[in-house]
Amino acid sequence: METRRTNWSIWAGFLLSVVAAASYFLLFARFPTTRDVPWVNFLLFGLAAGLLGLGLRRAFVNHLVYRGKVAGPVLAVASIAIFGLFSFAIFVAAKRLPASQDTPHVGQKAPEFRLEDTAGRLVALSDLLSTPLFSGRVPKGVLLVFYRGYW
Amino acid sequence: MAISVDAPNVSRNLCAKAGYTFTLLSDPNAEVIRKYDLLHVGAGTNGQDIARPAEFLVDSSGVVRWLNLTEDIRVRARPEQMMEASKALH
Repeated sequence: METRRTNWSIWAGFLLSVVAAASYFLLFARFPTTRDVPWVNFLLFGLAAGLLGLGLRRAFVNHLVYRGKVAGPVLAVASIAIFGLFSFAIFVAAKRLPASQDTPHVGQKAPEFRLEDTAGRLVALSDLLSTPLFSGRVPKGVLLVFYRGYW
Repeated sequence: MAISVDAPNVSRNLCAKAGYTFTLLSDPNAEVIRKYDLLHVGAGTNGQDIARPAEFLVDSSGVVRWLNLTEDIRVRARPEQMMEASKALH
């Protein structure tokens, strides 16, 4: 009969590394201070590594008291894989962008366009630049924000 | 004003949910996105062609006065950067 104690820190460490990765996309990516550099998530990964280290120590050094000789290495490898995928998404995949050599530069004319707004009305860049504002004055300029969209 | 490949009704939902008051324009065939050389081929969740994030400040004569072409899709221009850039307009 198994009388050794459950090695909870291995499981907590693994769960924390899942949370460390998932919380970036679900929560921390929404705020620029935690998005641009994902420091909260790396902090969580650090804590997860600490817990896993403690769990592995218990499983192999204190093996008469604790379980986890199988679960420990398996979950540690899984956690490292999660960390690897997360780092890849943040440091490699997010930086794969087209060259955009022909994008208009400072001092060049912004190409004219005409697109539908949310009410289905066609809006041209030249209209936006020449239509008076509520104040009655012509706008000083227009900020064009291209975004990935939600598809 | 913001431009994406989203259909007008998708943008309408986004506006309603987020409370945006600026104009959202739809470029479903990415014609304008191509014109600005911002097409990111196959980068959508289902492999659609979408726009890479970019911000341009255009003055009243239609000339680009400031632009931010991010090297990382996670990192966009912040509102204070855009406000600072807009001070140069007159």
